[in-house]
Amino acid sequence: MMFRRLRENQIVFTWAALTPFIVLFLVFMLYPLIQSAFLAVNQTYGPETRLYVGPKNFRLLIQDPVFWIAIKNTLLYTLGSLFIQLPLAFVLALVLNSRRLRGRSIYRLIFFSPQLMGLVFVSILGALAFEKRAGFVNRSLAWITNNPSLLEIDWLQTYIMPTLILISLWLYVGFNMIYFLAALQNVDDSLLEAAEIDGAGPFNRLRHVVIPSVRPVATFVVLLSMIGSLQLFELPYILLDGNGGPNNDGLTIVMYLYQNGFELGDLGYASAVGWVLALMLIGLALVQIRMVRKEEAMR
Amino acid sequence: MSVARPSKISRSVTHLALFLLAVVVLLPYTWLLVASLKSREDFFSGLFFPPGEGFLGISWDSLTLENYSNLFDTRFGRAAINSVFYASTSAIFATIICAATGYVLAKSKFRGRTFITLVVLGSLIVPPTLLIAPSYELLYNLGLLDSVWGLLLPTFGPAFGVFLFRQAVQQSVPDELIEAARIDGCSEFGIFIIIVLPLIRPMVGAFLLITFLGMWNNFISPQIVLQTASKQPLSVAISQLRGVYRTDYGLLMAATVVSIAPVAVLFLVLQKQFISGLTSGAVKG
Repeated sequence: MMFRRLRENQIVFTWAALTPFIVLFLVFMLYPLIQSAFLAVNQTYGPETRLYVGPKNFRLLIQDPVFWIAIKNTLLYTLGSLFIQLPLAFVLALVLNSRRLRGRSIYRLIFFSPQLMGLVFVSILGALAFEKRAGFVNRSLAWITNNPSLLEIDWLQTYIMPTLILISLWLYVGFNMIYFLAALQNVDDSLLEAAEIDGAGPFNRLRHVVIPSVRPVATFVVLLSMIGSLQLFELPYILLDGNGGPNNDGLTIVMYLYQNGFELGDLGYASAVGWVLALMLIGLALVQIRMVRKEEAMR
Repeated sequence: MSVARPSKISRSVTHLALFLLAVVVLLPYTWLLVASLKSREDFFSGLFFPPGEGFLGISWDSLTLENYSNLFDTRFGRAAINSVFYASTSAIFATIICAATGYVLAKSKFRGRTFITLVVLGSLIVPPTLLIAPSYELLYNLGLLDSVWGLLLPTFGPAFGVFLFRQAVQQSVPDELIEAARIDGCSEFGIFIIIVLPLIRPMVGAFLLITFLGMWNNFISPQIVLQTASKQPLSVAISQLRGVYRTDYGLLMAATVVSIAPVAVLFLVLQKQFISGLTSGAVKG
């Protein structure tokens, strides 16, 4: 009898605890997710009117040169963060992991600190810093080289992609460094010592002991960084005042989604863009999971 | 662990490189802070401080707080209050809801548990950008556009929070403790509050901070949902401030300093928890 009461209490509590989440999940996650599939085959003008157009949105999208520019820019930015930022983050983690290094915790804090600002505020600071004449970057360059003509470099209009990559390098390198530092805790000290006794030099120890131990985390960081990079929005949106810049040089996929959905009012076309992006992301995630599985099977 | 036994020379090179890199990372803040203290006339004099007769050749007297006081003439103060309200409400509700759900999914035995867990985990793969357009339509249909609740409600039940709390409970709450409390006559709600929450306190702290920062820095949702200027948070207000006061650099910089200062202080106080929260779920122990 008492056990039955207890069991009933448990069930009541369980569902009381679950209900708020389930309601929120159904309304704000599952329902929009289903609607996004319907929207993608409709054309809308604002949220009130829907016109069924079938797969036309996707056909238009493939033929849309601006969409391809957005894809190209987004991929360029993603490659920038993969091949410049992550290696640097890993090297920083290696250096700062050494216990003999003095001041390593203060360095960690300094490198991580830009992450505290949040993307929007970093974007504002970036916009101010890369402004021509008034910006900190050009004024430093002009001051160092004593060449005032450098004040006129118009980063935001002429070199938007390198500017985006530089700002995100500043913002994310310390963040990814933290993950790599955590991963380096998994490296087995005795394995390293054994390798050293066996005559392995620093490079070989790195290659055969350290890198295999951090690989799971590295895979995760690569995936996280790709997912984030492919959804880049705030930084170029704020740097370029809401448009893609000259010749759409700084237009990203999510900016294009935003423009179509909220400036032109076609939530259908925006959803089609969203689905293409989602399929890219899910495809990448699956490829990565498969690669990890294969490696584990080989070991 | 040690990858290399560095010689004295290579060690000094490392130190020099780290030092220079740290300077490069810190310079933009320094510039931001100093330039926010310069008057409009002084903005272009000197790279950092305005040169003058004072200590270190700097004209200290010409530094001013006028940019900060000018901020109050804009709608920036209102936006700051909004940001504090949105970020803390979102953090508190998301933490309570996710902790309760995560605990139940980790410990209660009931029909449908596996199904719910799988659906929650599966939903983690949905990129948030896919939901932007349909969520807008949904909020329109619910009459929640330009409403504070339209902004806040969708942030109260993040699936990744349920996942994090489920993991934290599995790792640090032993079944025996719950059973013992139950036999001693503790109510189910009491078990959650008195036994479970203290055991997962690090995750509670980390998650409060993560969700607070997430909302504080959120730009695209308030940009889409809120139209009335007086409802907007700092993130949206500051980007519009830039459109209006394009060349009033001092004012924009003061606004940026004010927007990031609370978050920086919060982080410095709760640093340990934040980093442990950041890497939890990512790294196996």
